[in-house]
Amino acid sequence: MVSSLPAWCAALPLLAVPLILGLGRWPNLREAASLLAGAVTFLCVVSLWPEVAAGARPAWQIAEPLPGVHIEFVVEPLGLVLALIASFLWMVTTLYAIGYMRGHNESNQTRFYAFFAVSIASAIGAAFSANLVTLFIFYEALTLATFPLVTHAGTDEAKRGGRTYLGLLIGTSIGLLLFAIVWTWQLAGTTEFRPGGILAGKASGGLLVVLYALFLFGIGKAALMPFHRWLPAAMVAPTPVSALLHAVAVVKVGVFSVLKITVYIFGLDLLAGSDAATLLGYVAGATMLIASLVALRQDNLKRRLAYSTVSQLSYVVLGATLASAWGVIGGGLHIVMHAFGKITLFFCAGAILVAAHKTEVSQLDGIGRRMPWTLGAFTVGAMSMIGLPPAAGFVSKWYLMLGSLSGEHYFALFVLIAVTLLNAAYFVPIVYAAFFRAPKEDAHHGHGDHEHGEAPLTMVIAIVLTAAMTVGLFFYPDPALELVQQLVGGRT
Amino acid sequence: MSAENLPILQVIVPLLAAPVCLLLRNGTLAWALATAVGWFTLYAALTLLGSVPEGGLIRYDLGGWEPPWGIEYIVDRLDAYVLVIVAAIGALVLTYARASVAREIQRSQHAAFYAAMLLCFAGLLGIVITGDAFNLFVFLEISSLSSYALISLGRDRRALTASYQYLIMGTLGATFILIGVGLLYMLTGTLNMLDLAARIPELEGNRTAIAAAAFLVVGICLKIALFPLHLWLPDAYTYAPSVVTAFLAGTATKVAVYVLLRFLFTVFGFDAPLNEWVGTLLIALALAGVLVASLVAIFQDDVKRIFAYSSVAQIGYIVLGIGFASVTGLTATLVHLFNHAVMKAVLFLALGAVVYRVGGARLADMRGLGRSMPLTMAALVAGGLSLIGVPLTVGFISKWYLVLAALEAGWWPIAVLVLVGSLLAVIYVWRVVETVYMQPRAAGATEVKEVPWHMLLPIWVLVAANVWFGIDTDLTVGTASGIAAELLGK
Repeated sequence: MVSSLPAWCAALPLLAVPLILGLGRWPNLREAASLLAGAVTFLCVVSLWPEVAAGARPAWQIAEPLPGVHIEFVVEPLGLVLALIASFLWMVTTLYAIGYMRGHNESNQTRFYAFFAVSIASAIGAAFSANLVTLFIFYEALTLATFPLVTHAGTDEAKRGGRTYLGLLIGTSIGLLLFAIVWTWQLAGTTEFRPGGILAGKASGGLLVVLYALFLFGIGKAALMPFHRWLPAAMVAPTPVSALLHAVAVVKVGVFSVLKITVYIFGLDLLAGSDAATLLGYVAGATMLIASLVALRQDNLKRRLAYSTVSQLSYVVLGATLASAWGVIGGGLHIVMHAFGKITLFFCAGAILVAAHKTEVSQLDGIGRRMPWTLGAFTVGAMSMIGLPPAAGFVSKWYLMLGSLSGEHYFALFVLIAVTLLNAAYFVPIVYAAFFRAPKEDAHHGHGDHEHGEAPLTMVIAIVLTAAMTVGLFFYPDPALELVQQLVGGRT
Repeated sequence: MSAENLPILQVIVPLLAAPVCLLLRNGTLAWALATAVGWFTLYAALTLLGSVPEGGLIRYDLGGWEPPWGIEYIVDRLDAYVLVIVAAIGALVLTYARASVAREIQRSQHAAFYAAMLLCFAGLLGIVITGDAFNLFVFLEISSLSSYALISLGRDRRALTASYQYLIMGTLGATFILIGVGLLYMLTGTLNMLDLAARIPELEGNRTAIAAAAFLVVGICLKIALFPLHLWLPDAYTYAPSVVTAFLAGTATKVAVYVLLRFLFTVFGFDAPLNEWVGTLLIALALAGVLVASLVAIFQDDVKRIFAYSSVAQIGYIVLGIGFASVTGLTATLVHLFNHAVMKAVLFLALGAVVYRVGGARLADMRGLGRSMPLTMAALVAGGLSLIGVPLTVGFISKWYLVLAALEAGWWPIAVLVLVGSLLAVIYVWRVVETVYMQPRAAGATEVKEVPWHMLLPIWVLVAANVWFGIDTDLTVGTASGIAAELLGK
């Protein structure tokens, strides 16, 4: 079905860029433009929903740069899910950013909002891509567009972080992912995402392992160890960037690509029970465990959240490598569930920074009494990370465990349980300290501490909204579930 | 002006305009004439490209003398394609030149400068269009001698040694080519390339023919600056006037690659047993060039030098495709011929703009220019991204075909090395980007403004070309794959 709507969804944030730049002198108008663009983009994506849910696949071809290689959009359920999350949370994050950027007196705010819009456009482009080449284009665009956001502060630390960020993401994508894409083209004669995959009968055995590994490691944005270090490095960015891009858009494009390539390039039948899936499953499991252990030891709140993200991303990769219907549903759902939980947590970290000027976990004793809304939302986010009801994380973990059990992947099951405990071990103490410990005495000395209440209003609204969604998705996951189920076409 | 005379007009117009430039004496008038000539040659080249039938030739007998006695100009699609590249870069660089030349070169030499540019231009176009091996040598010398003069005009006194170095190496190369042509003439009694191609198969196993081929390949590779025969290039590109660097980087090495293709595939023919080890040798040297030159580029402090070494590396990519001797490989070579010309022209013209404002193009000079010269620096970044091979730029198309050619030949380690070269490019390009955008202007440095629009326009036309031909590849890939099939006789 030909429709220009998918192209509009990706183009709308881009169209907002000149508007944002032009209104740079009037911050209120500039932010209003950003919010408006977010709303229009979201509505545009939503308007695709009924058709896709009914089984249509709106498509739009942009160009044909090489014979047989198209730059083309096709909206399929998983891409729609990602685009929905990205565009919805863009609005919420803009709301949050208004409070954060002003409260924190950040410079170059116009540049910030402009590149933010470009990043969202790239993420939506990646979500709707119809083949590997289109995906690669937007994947790279996303890396480049987020670079100025990561290095926003312009300090030496930001520069170092930026180098790690760019080095690892570009390094893996050109060195491994592009290689895998050209190889796929050479093997299959196409790079199109097709239900059932395109590599069946074209690759097997060792070649399959190599190719799958090239893809999974090459998608550096999925942060499989040992290519995960860009994510903690990106934490030098302002918090709204960490929240939307490094908890949602960028990393979700990564795991989304993994899932999409697993389902539409390799095909579950080809991967099920193969060495490729098993071996990469171990890598994902190891990443989940090691990243959680590292997170335990981080005192900086944002770094702890970053390692938690590394660990949570591998839930999705693990789901993909289960190569079963339950695994794919669990992985697809986890993209959604983790997004809302983690953005809440990052929002809270930013609110604590703006209101209380605190960045370390050890400084948070008793803060819950001064910022009850923020820390209440933090608790919801933490529950979702651990996977406790009534938070969204429980739903996806349920399906992942179901997938592990039904496929008799006991290693995966063990990892899921172990990581649940580890998550509890690094989140529960924060919540406990915030609500039940008295503020530290020595913090009152000097001018380090001061009387403060909640963060600016727009930030609190955003935080409460995402926290409420996190709970809401536990009770009513059906919209996401129905879309993701289409991926496996009734194989459950 | 009838279309059938275009092959000769293509060369004779710039050749005759050169002395006229000298007679005009006024720099601005000479510039106007040179630019007009540049655009005329582009028009002529495009017309030729449009009128060459697929797989066919346009032949033009010089002075009405019939070949093989007279000199014959032959235009097939390869010729027309390279003519378009050379003429397009020439026209854009000449359009840009006026302000930059006024800043970098003494007033009294302006007319002579444009005369030398036109001579060099005419020589390069002549090499491409001629069908006569000796005539090719003559044009090669015309372009080489004028380029030695052009390089020596650089402001830095080291330009003189750079030019001298190039003179020695270039003359060595030209002599080798002459010996090769001489040996072929001795063996076959003809200088016409098509005639040569018809007679060389009879010489199978003849040692003199092999020696001729060896002399030719080595001589041409000197002009290409294929590693390890590249030593003249970094200095020449660094110290030459900005305009000259941009012009030579976009044209001279490309034409030399064309000569290699012409001799290897048209004259000697693809089937000759010689080609197999030549192919292996070219692949080995090309890969060494890609890696070594990219590594060296990372450690340079002069940005012109960074991109000069990058040129050596990129030449490696171009030659690599020839080594595969497959349709995909040659397509990669031909596409990259075009693509590399547009990306390097952007980079060197943008650097010329920096020199115009700041006086130098060392990394230290370029600190913080992202704010004061936003349009020039954005163009520099675009050129850099294209060099890396980011999708939606021409660099991506080249890389795609190179990696595909390597995989098709079953040599995946080569594909890996091609991508490693890209990653090295990320490092040296990013050093420049970081300096430009993330370091403050040096204390006490003079405030700089953006360059005038007549310099920005050609730069941004080239940026647009970098993006356009990264998305719509009908002209480049379409033509190149056709030519590749013709060259291989498929």
